[in-house]
Amino acid sequence: MKQSSLRHALAGLAVVASAGAAWADKADDTLRVAFTKELENVDSYFNSSREGVVLQRAIWDGLIYRDPVTNEYEGNLATSWEWIDDTTIEFTLREGVTFHNGDAFDADDVVYTVNFVSKEENGVKTQRNVNWMESAEKIDDYTVRIHLKDNFPPAIEFLSGPVSMYPADYYAEVGPSGMGREPVGTGPYKAVSVTPGQHFVLEKYEDYHDSPKGEPTVTNVDIRTIPDVNTQMAELFSGSLDLIWQVPSDQAEQLAQRDEFTVTNESTMRVGYLSMDAAGRSGETPFTDVRVRRAVNHAINREELVNALLRGNSTPIHTPCFPSQFGCVEEAATQYEFDPDKARALLEEAGYPDGFSTEFYAYRDREYAEAIMNYLNNVGIEVDFKFLQYSALREMNMTGDVPLSFLTWGSFSVNDASAMVSQFFKHGSLDDARDDQVLADLDVADSSTDPDTRIAHYTKAIERITDQAYWAPMFSYNTNYVFTKEVDYTPTADEVLRFTTVEWN
Amino acid sequence: MLLFTMKRLGLAVLVAFTVSFISFSLLFLAGDPAVAMAGETASGEDIEAVRRLYGFDRPMLVQYADWLLSAVQFDFGQSYYFQMPVSELVLSRLGVTMTLGVCGITFAILTAVPLGVAAAIRPNSLIDRVALFLSVAGQAMPSFWFGLILIVIFGIQLGWLPPSGASSPAHFVMPTIVLGYYAMPAIMRLTRAGMLDVLSSDYIRTARAKGAPEGRVLFRHALRNAIIPVVSLAAVQMGFMLGGSIVVESIFALHGAGYLAWESIARNDLPTVQALILVFSMFYIVFTFLADVLNAWLDPRMRSS
Repeated sequence: MKQSSLRHALAGLAVVASAGAAWADKADDTLRVAFTKELENVDSYFNSSREGVVLQRAIWDGLIYRDPVTNEYEGNLATSWEWIDDTTIEFTLREGVTFHNGDAFDADDVVYTVNFVSKEENGVKTQRNVNWMESAEKIDDYTVRIHLKDNFPPAIEFLSGPVSMYPADYYAEVGPSGMGREPVGTGPYKAVSVTPGQHFVLEKYEDYHDSPKGEPTVTNVDIRTIPDVNTQMAELFSGSLDLIWQVPSDQAEQLAQRDEFTVTNESTMRVGYLSMDAAGRSGETPFTDVRVRRAVNHAINREELVNALLRGNSTPIHTPCFPSQFGCVEEAATQYEFDPDKARALLEEAGYPDGFSTEFYAYRDREYAEAIMNYLNNVGIEVDFKFLQYSALREMNMTGDVPLSFLTWGSFSVNDASAMVSQFFKHGSLDDARDDQVLADLDVADSSTDPDTRIAHYTKAIERITDQAYWAPMFSYNTNYVFTKEVDYTPTADEVLRFTTVEWN
Repeated sequence: MLLFTMKRLGLAVLVAFTVSFISFSLLFLAGDPAVAMAGETASGEDIEAVRRLYGFDRPMLVQYADWLLSAVQFDFGQSYYFQMPVSELVLSRLGVTMTLGVCGITFAILTAVPLGVAAAIRPNSLIDRVALFLSVAGQAMPSFWFGLILIVIFGIQLGWLPPSGASSPAHFVMPTIVLGYYAMPAIMRLTRAGMLDVLSSDYIRTARAKGAPEGRVLFRHALRNAIIPVVSLAAVQMGFMLGGSIVVESIFALHGAGYLAWESIARNDLPTVQALILVFSMFYIVFTFLADVLNAWLDPRMRSS
């Protein structure tokens, strides 16, 4: 956009102008934060935004908690759990927990929440987060069973992530839209006021239970939506914001030169990749030839992309999943080193000595797409570049009209390979590979309850996908957090901003 | 006069609905709302579920007729994105936009008309040059840049004004200046041209010859005639400000109707976009109508026709 060169100029101006600004927020114990995007609904089952996840972790709790650093699972609203059989988990619930509105938490709340969200007609936005659950059953006040539709090994991961427990009576009365306006949970923060999309005020919940999330130290959190990053920076300089995140790398670097701010960078689970139409769904295309797909893989300099454009904690990626995910075996992946000569040789072998031309689609990070375009041009692949809105490109991907596209996937922060590789290689509408062998392995890996079996079959699937070069995986994304010297915060790799771990210096 | 007004109003409503039908058709062609609504993390099944849930699988005309029937009862449906009634959503955002629009146009008129008059009284003088410079600068400077410069100076360096938000009158000062300044040059140039034209006419010479005081000549005789096209222009500018203050609303984080419209288009939030288009086209129609009435009051010749 027009703003990127402007950003430099403004950041420079603002840096000059900021001398002597005063901070006042530690004094009233209020952390002031900006969101960039208007959050559609605070009810976490009815939004699909990163901002929504941040509020979800603050306002609600799940039965289980995953430590974002060690990745160990611990009980949260449940104190223990046990697999009764492949499709039944029994939970012992924590006693003495109360919701923000005073309601006591017990088995009825779990039963109501699970039964409500797992029904497709209730319209939970990200069905994949909940549609593996069949129902919940109350055994006694503090014992509950969740029945799964089918074998679903990452159940515990989902229960520690997007599945939060809601107060049965209140949710039955107000529904998702009421919950979005006046959220009620058991979490470390209660929502004091919500102006839809614009302003969210949280206050520390004094009766918070002894949760592995820890007790918050910051009393108030005030979140405003400020769409323009330059304005966010101005607010930071003027002292009316304490913390901003998702800051573009060029601005973060300028801010890092200042003494008043701490800039930290953490990788995210989002992976950028090129998808090629190996199955020929878009008609006659060179990408049906494995040599062409390997040539594309060799044509791209992943290190250079990471060092010059993404920077921060991004790394080159060779797997069709994010390496921290369970089952994402890095060693299984064929690594295609940057070698334009080899790429040209492969193209020649495939019958394209002078290269070819193709349509190339992207929906975000235009500068990355343009860099990729240059690498492709360099080995003789001329592209007709088309930059579309996400929804428009997604629709074309689904109908199989796209020979080559630059896409990204964030796995909704689920730390399991099924959230990425199985999303795209199981002959669904977004699968441009249509490989039966991969499908067979993923079917076993996704449904087996034995971790070793899962690893073995993900390994085989990844070997096949990368050997056949169905994708050209490229890099992981990262995000920058910028905050004043009064704030102490250590971000985690899952791109969830956790207010409970924010402290005042 | 009453019959004339009623006819105009009836026509206005028809225009509004024609606009809404055309925009509905265009939005319908622009992309699959189900994909946008289901969000970036949705799978094919999620999208199919959304499509069924909201009835996007029905023919377009059926969907439009549905919308029209409810719209005439002031029910614009639920926002796909915010999952709240569109009427409530739009009303909550209109306050900011109207405040900004009224302040902006007031600022524009209060600066542009005196400057235009002054420039016309002494053509090619210093004041004329200054006015010319201001108008060229206003036309040439993109509002996002001007807004950011004001933020840096008054929000950060001097610390006089809050950089963004809408919670106090002080929050509206910078957005008003940016929005008003953008509308000012056209109004000023038109005032100047009109005044120059009028000041050289016979009746002004006559007025001066019979010894009327200069102030009375300028404001009573000249400006009243020169201002007529300005009123029409200001009405259009006002409509523009209410619907098109997207950049200003975005920079100053004002969350008004213009920004809502812009974002709703990207989100394929059809009910919200539809309602806003209707509201914005009504604004244009109402302001044009009001401008006609005002002109009729200024110029008795218009009343009889």
